[in-house]
Amino acid sequence: MLHIVNKSPYERNSLESCLRLATKGSAVLLIEDGVYGATKGGNFEGKVQAAMADVKVYVLGPDLSARGMADRVLDGVSVVDYGGFVDLVAEHSNCQSWL
Amino acid sequence: MKIGVLVNEGPYTHEASDSAYNFTKAALEKGHEIYRVFFYHDGVNNSTRLTEPPRDDRHIVNRWSELAKQYSLDLVVCIAAAQRRGIMDENEAKRQGKDAHNIAEGFRISGLGQLVEAGIQCDRLVTFGD
Amino acid sequence: MSDEMDMEEGGVVKQFMFVNRKAPYGTIYALEGLEVVLISAAFEQDVSMAFIDDGVYELKKGQDTKELGQKNFSPTYRALEGYDIEKLYVERESMEARGLTEDDLLVDVVVMDRAELAAKMAEQDVLISF
Repeated sequence: MLHIVNKSPYERNSLESCLRLATKGSAVLLIEDGVYGATKGGNFEGKVQAAMADVKVYVLGPDLSARGMADRVLDGVSVVDYGGFVDLVAEHSNCQSWL
Repeated sequence: MKIGVLVNEGPYTHEASDSAYNFTKAALEKGHEIYRVFFYHDGVNNSTRLTEPPRDDRHIVNRWSELAKQYSLDLVVCIAAAQRRGIMDENEAKRQGKDAHNIAEGFRISGLGQLVEAGIQCDRLVTFGD
Repeated sequence: MSDEMDMEEGGVVKQFMFVNRKAPYGTIYALEGLEVVLISAAFEQDVSMAFIDDGVYELKKGQDTKELGQKNFSPTYRALEGYDIEKLYVERESMEARGLTEDDLLVDVVVMDRAELAAKMAEQDVLISF
C-alpha cells in the first residue's frame, strides 16, 4: 500500500496518523508541505527515522526544491520526481491520501 | 494501467490542483491511461473559464483544458458540488434559470456516480486535496 | 488486486473504504463525503467507512445545529444501514485520544485498534479520503 502525505508534520497530524496506520512494508510518499517531514534537523527527524525500520519513505523532489529543502533530505529517504510518483502508484495495489 | 484522479481543492489556494496536474501529465507521458479526472468539493472551482490569473502566473484552468484536448481526457465536475459553488454549464444554467454559465472547455458536469464508477473501473484512484 | 475481485451480476465488486478524518461543520468534507457514500450504495460495492482522528467527532451524539444555521446531517449516519452500508469502523486510539467512548457515538460501530484497522485499510481496492 502507498500512503501519500501532503501536510507538514509541524502543522497537522497527517504524518503521525499515517505512520500509526501504515502496515510493515508499506510505502510513504511525502508531497507538498509534507516534504518537511523528510528533512534533517527538526523535531520529527527521530520519529521518521524510527518509522523507516518498517516503511519505505519517499519524497517528491519538485516540492522539496521549491521549498529550499533539497539539501536537507534525511538519509534513507528516496527522492522521486512526478514520474517516480506515478511509478509508486502503479507498483502498489492501493493508495491512501492523508489529507 | 488505468488511473483515476480525484481533485478536492480549488486552484491557487492549495497546491492540490498543481500536484494533480503534474501527476496526471507524468502518468500520460509514461503511457498510462487516465480514465477520468473528477473534481469534487472546492475542486469544482478548477473548471470556471472566468479565471484570469496575473500574466506571470500559471493558468490552472486553461492548463487542464489543454491537457484534456491533447489526450482526450475526461474531466468531470461534480454537479452537486458545482451548484453549491456557482459553476454552471449551459444546460444547467437554463434549467436553474441563471443568466450565465461559466464552465471551461474540456470539462463536463455530471453526477457523483462518475467518481464511484471511476473507482470501479480504474486500477488505481489517487486523491489530491487539503 | 483485480484477480481477487468477485463477479456479481456481471459486474465487479470492489472493496471501497471511505476514510473520514475531519470534524463536521468546520469544513464541508464530512457532509460531502457522506454524499459520495450514499451514491456508492447504488453501485453494489463492498463499502465501508473508517473514522480516524477528528472524523470520530462526526459520530458524536447530540449534535444540534439550530443556532448555527447549517443542516444537522448526523441522522444520516443512522440511515446508512438502510442503504446496506453497515461497516462503520472507528479507530480506538482516535476515539480514546478525544475522551470519547462507544456510548458517545450515535450509531453502532465496530471499534478497532490501530493494527486491525491498518490491516483492513491495506486490503481495500479503493480508498477515498476526506
